Order: sequence, then structure tokens, then C-alpha cells
Amino acid sequence: MEVTISINGTPVTRDIEPRMLLVHFVREEAGLRGTHWGCDTSNCGTCTIWVDELPVKSCTMLAAQAAGHEVTTVEGLEKNGELDPVQKGFIECHGLQCGFCTPGMMMTGRWLLDNNPHPSEGEIREAISGQICRCTGYKNIVKSIQWAAENSATSEVNA
Amino acid sequence: MQTPAPVDYVRATSVANALALLEEHGEEARLLAGGHSLLPMMKLRLARPEILIDIQALDELRGIRVEGDELVIGALTTHAEILESPVLAEHYAIFREAERVIADPIVRNKGTMGGSMCQADPSEDLSAVGAALKGTVVIRGAQGPRTVAIRELHEGPYETKVEDGEILVEARFPIRPGAGSAYEKVERRVGDWPVCSSGAYVVLSGGVVSDCGIGLTAVGAPHFCAPAAEEFLIGKAPSEENLAAAAQLAADACQPQPDQRGPADYKKHLAQELTHRALRRAVAACQGA
Repeated sequence: MEVTISINGTPVTRDIEPRMLLVHFVREEAGLRGTHWGCDTSNCGTCTIWVDELPVKSCTMLAAQAAGHEVTTVEGLEKNGELDPVQKGFIECHGLQCGFCTPGMMMTGRWLLDNNPHPSEGEIREAISGQICRCTGYKNIVKSIQWAAENSATSEVNA
Repeated sequence: MQTPAPVDYVRATSVANALALLEEHGEEARLLAGGHSLLPMMKLRLARPEILIDIQALDELRGIRVEGDELVIGALTTHAEILESPVLAEHYAIFREAERVIADPIVRNKGTMGGSMCQADPSEDLSAVGAALKGTVVIRGAQGPRTVAIRELHEGPYETKVEDGEILVEARFPIRPGAGSAYEKVERRVGDWPVCSSGAYVVLSGGVVSDCGIGLTAVGAPHFCAPAAEEFLIGKAPSEENLAAAAQLAADACQPQPDQRGPADYKKHLAQELTHRALRRAVAACQGA
């Protein structure tokens, strides 16, 4: 079947099998390898992307379901050549070690701040509770999102 | 790599269209809503439909509203929407308390009420909530709508009264002024299925329990409920002693299976303790504590 999915504002049209999972469409068809493919069972959350601005685990959604919808991946966080404050936060606060969970964590972090610009530590931990960091670097992931919350306003002015 | 077997895909344009598609394709068709139960089952080949009928776009099946003296939740309403609903929270704290511990925030963005109910997993939390509140579901087929009590919906694990060619369109819950409710769950880690969950509502009148409901999941409670415990409490003072005795009756009716989440005696212990805690907090909520 032919599907068109808008990814980071660019329509991507492909002829696919209906059974293709969205994570594979993003990585293999659109060539956007920033989204990682992990557990396959909606547990680890590294494949988290946005569909119509809502975070979803793209290993548990068919690409066909996303046809006609807006998908945002980690590659879409950067604006006008400048990294998103959440991305900067992960750099500033050593928010990643191996980096495997990072794209999903950043997509959830950005979504959380869009809906709750000043979350408590507990709210951040709850927001990322469906995502696993096997380096167990949660403390720095939380700090990175906090850094982004504190530095979002400044960054918007600069942009 | 887990991926579903080859399957066809079609989008329904209305409930009537979905029913026509179900009729056309028969038992090889499955409805696809959020997909968070069905797609994992398909990856494991536990489900192998030949065609998926995507109903995600059917807004007529979405949303939460008050209709007369009932709360109505459309089948496509997501767990996240139930969690965040002010009107549900106003009438029954049990919805928010249960949803907060169903899966995780990202999964709750996609998983739907109707999908959860129709999956009929014996450890599913919303089934316990629905059984506790003595709710009903409306099922639509070619012959029109019919109503089934949630306590009669489940035929067994992964089996419901929803037939081929039918759609569960909404769930309805009676509003009970003054009711207090609560939900208790023990899970091994955040987002996991419960080892045991128990939920309850209580209405007090003249210092005694005039109405109550108890729902349990994951511990082999027949139809997710505990009618003997409910009958015991009616007309009695909500004392610690009576609540504990009711909780014991609820646990006695459970037949939990030992598995990697724990042995049967531990699960029975949880059924008693969690039912007691849920009743205690439901009573406290009634008393305005």
C-alpha cells in the first residue's frame, strides 16, 4: 500500500507492506536513524517519537496508522540550525552515556516541557517512567531536562 | 526482531462502515484502535488476523461525557484522557488512581479503553474498575446496540461477549452522589501488569454502608468482582473489623495462579490487604476525610 507520512514537516511517500512498523518506516524508509529501535515490546521507549505532537512508542504502531499524520523525530528538535534546549541540556549535564535511550528521552523531555514548562523532579521522573536507560543514568537525564527548563526562555530569545 | 505476519489494512470511515467491513471480512478481521494490545499479540502470532480495520479516526467513539445520571466513556478514549479527565475525577477517584498505574505515560497516549476491555487480559486494570463500579458496555452490531454488564462481559481470559461483526462503542457508569472510591495496585516495577489490584466504591447512609462495589484483577476473581464481600458490607458500619472481614471474603473468592509474579498464597494475601486498603480509603473519601 502507498502511504504518505509527514516527518519533521517533509512528506515521505513509500509503497510498503501494511505490517511495517512505524519505527522501521522512520529508520529504513525515511533514513532517519536518530530514532532507535530497541525492545520491540513497548517497554524500553527508545523508539519514542511524536505522532500529531503526542509521544508514542513507534515499535507498537503500524506505519499505515500514521499515514496522513505529522510525525516528529529527534532530528526535528533542532530549529534554525540551533539545538533544542533539551538537546543542549543533555550535553551540559552529561545526560547520556551509551546514548541508546537518548532520542526517546529527549522527545519525552521536550513534550513534557511544552506542556509543563517547570516540572518538579517527580514529574520528570514520572514522564520518563516508560523509558529505560540501561546505563542507569537517570539522575543526569533528570538534570538535563531540568537544565532545559531553566534555559528555555534564554534560548528562545537567542533564536 | 518481532514484526506482525503479513496482513491487509483498511481504514473505517464511520461506525456503520466499520460494521460493514467486519461483516464483509468475517472472523479473519480485527478492529485496530490504539493497537497496544493487538499489535503485541500479532508480533507473537497469538493473533493472526488477515485484515485490520483501523477505527482510530472515528471521533464518534471518542470522549468522556455525562449523560443523565451516567458517566459515558467512548471506546477510543485513551488511558491518558481518562487519567486527566476532571469529570471522571469529580465522581470517582478510582479512575485516576487506576490509570496512573496502568502501563506508562507513553503507552497511555495510545492504548484505549475499548481496546483494553476487549483484550480481556485477566490482569487488566480497567476491567477491575468497571466491575467495581458495576458499569456496562454498549456493543453495536448489524442488529443495533445491546448493553452488557461489565461483570458479564468476560467469558474467560482474552474472551468477551463481543462477537465477530460487533464493536464495543462505549462504557457507562452510574453516578452515585456521595460515593467514595479508591484503587490499590502492587506491581513489580513501574508500568508492569499487577501482581494484584483491587478497587472499591462505597456509599454511606446513616452511618452504615448502603451501597458498595469491589473489583479485583490478576488474582482469579470470577468476573473481576467480589459479590459476597459486597453483600456482607451492606447495612454494616464501616468499621476496621467489618472492612477487614469483607476484604477476607473477597480474597477467599479468588483463585490466583502462581507465576513469576508470585505464589498463590502471596497473591491471596495481597487480595485481602489491597481490598482492605481500597475500602478504607473509599470510606474515608465518603466521610470527607
